[in-house]
Amino acid sequence: MFGMIIGISSVIIIMSIGASAQGLILNQIKSVGSDLVGVLPGASSEDGPPASVMGITVTTLKYEDALALAKKENVPHAVAVASYVKGTATISWQNRSIDTNISGTSASYIDVEDADVEFGRFFSTDEEKSISRVAVVGSQVASDLFDGADPIGEIIKIKRESFKVIGVMEERGSVAFQNEDDQIFIPLKTAQKLLLGINHLGFVRVKVDDSKNLDQTVEDIKVTLRNQHRIDNPTDDDFTVQNVQQALDVLTQVTDALKFFLASIAAIALLVGGIGIMNIMLVSVNERIREIGLRKAVGAKRSSIIRQFLIETIIVSLGGGLIGILLGALVAGLVALVANYLGYDWDFIITISSILLASGVSILIGLTFGLYPAQKAAKLDPIEALRYE
Amino acid sequence: MAEVLIKIKDGIKDYVTDEVVTKVLRGVSFEIRAGEFLAITGPSGSGKSTLMHVIGFLDRLTEGIYEFEGKNVAEFSDDELASLRNKKVGFVFQTFNLLPKTSVLENVKLPLVYAGISAKEMDEKAKEAIKAVGLFHRLNYLSNQLSGGEKQRVAIARALVNQPAVIFADEPTGNLDSKSGTQIMEILEKLNDEGKTVILVTHEQDTADHAKRIIRIRDGQIIGDSIVDHRRSVKDGELRK
Repeated sequence: MFGMIIGISSVIIIMSIGASAQGLILNQIKSVGSDLVGVLPGASSEDGPPASVMGITVTTLKYEDALALAKKENVPHAVAVASYVKGTATISWQNRSIDTNISGTSASYIDVEDADVEFGRFFSTDEEKSISRVAVVGSQVASDLFDGADPIGEIIKIKRESFKVIGVMEERGSVAFQNEDDQIFIPLKTAQKLLLGINHLGFVRVKVDDSKNLDQTVEDIKVTLRNQHRIDNPTDDDFTVQNVQQALDVLTQVTDALKFFLASIAAIALLVGGIGIMNIMLVSVNERIREIGLRKAVGAKRSSIIRQFLIETIIVSLGGGLIGILLGALVAGLVALVANYLGYDWDFIITISSILLASGVSILIGLTFGLYPAQKAAKLDPIEALRYE
Repeated sequence: MAEVLIKIKDGIKDYVTDEVVTKVLRGVSFEIRAGEFLAITGPSGSGKSTLMHVIGFLDRLTEGIYEFEGKNVAEFSDDELASLRNKKVGFVFQTFNLLPKTSVLENVKLPLVYAGISAKEMDEKAKEAIKAVGLFHRLNYLSNQLSGGEKQRVAIARALVNQPAVIFADEPTGNLDSKSGTQIMEILEKLNDEGKTVILVTHEQDTADHAKRIIRIRDGQIIGDSIVDHRRSVKDGELRK
């Protein structure tokens, strides 16, 4: 019974945590926005990610490409286009300093990402183009660096360059596993020239007017970029265009595979539990040989003995299964509690299907592993059984 | 004279263990009529228990014919034998064989579980049988709370509960003190007076003396079959003391 409890509760725990983790991952991607199309430098093989996500620097995407994508005649369904370069740096204010993420981006960032400033303002298109030394800080940076003082108008240093803080972002939490609040935003050109010394873009995001135009927009972007890069053959593409839905599909595949892997571990746990039950029943048959003999002497047929032992096994395994379901739900609930405490957007998910599966499996195990002891009991010779000491 | 209930002709029973054949019954022939009180006696190893198992449908003859109520038992399937054990016979064992940690009522009900009757009928019949052995005040006692004599009375109630044609008692007093033993034999005598066929297997002469007919068996063969003159055998018993 103990083996059964462990087996069934592992199934419940694994299925619940698997579903919750999958939900967490997919929600993180969805929080980027399902009406966004991402453009990454470098080609991608069939369904695989482009090299740039692996940390390899590819320099084929330029600011001019982003400008071309923003033109209505090229990509009619695009409502906003934002370019990004990313880096990390130590920033300081007075005698305090912290390490944080630097995002060089376009003025259209707040339109593309549905973000908003809480105090002050975001930088303008003019500032974006003119290498101006202005910065907008994320809410966490604001509280960490300024320690309660009003950041607006203060001068901070990023890699020895001075910037004037013009705004504080609203709290956004975590998007695609990146803490959006632990960030500092500066104009794209400023980041490229002053801080990073590069001429290419990290990636470009395009916001689409309606999610039903996603596929069309992906095509438009590809055509535009091929024109920009003078590419005739699509197999020579030096960029990758992906919408969020595609990313979700890939991630769903990955997380499904993980869930399947975990489920097979749980299946092994169940098998061990089942063998445990078989042993218990075999011991039970041995302990009750006289009872079986007596039952036969008073008229029990073989089939009655088999039925009795099978029902007993099923009750034991179903009982173990029920306790296992409760225990599993409890542990999964605790995990959800801890995950929420740690700040993850973790949902506690127990599906009916996992409970049905667990109960079904426990009955099946009862039948499968109960059959052998039951047959052994039914085959006993009543005379021998009655004399058994 | 009453009809013939049990008829065995040239009954032979061999046990084969590891290629060694043990001849337990070597051609026994006898008849038992309805309403008899028969004791089968003999020393241990004589084959008396095997004979009882054969008559009680717990075992089959290797050779020979066993007819119960005129039907050849060899033709019955295992399931039909189980059904006969349930409806036609009741067993009382030396070691009682009650279900441990189970109430008197549940123990007596056990044969009814396999008889396919309603729960209410089961309750009524079981209580009636418990009354018949005078244990109604112990109805809900657990089997391990009873004395030896009480346990054997529960076993008799269990044997009675399906109103069988024959009651088999295999050394019913073997594990009891003489007072409880006498009580048990009185119950069996009373059941026989009420018309039940009682077949007793024992190696104790005192116990066998309660019967009206004694078959003596030795080395698998019947060496004596006598009607007991009750007054004389009682006198014999006194002489032996």
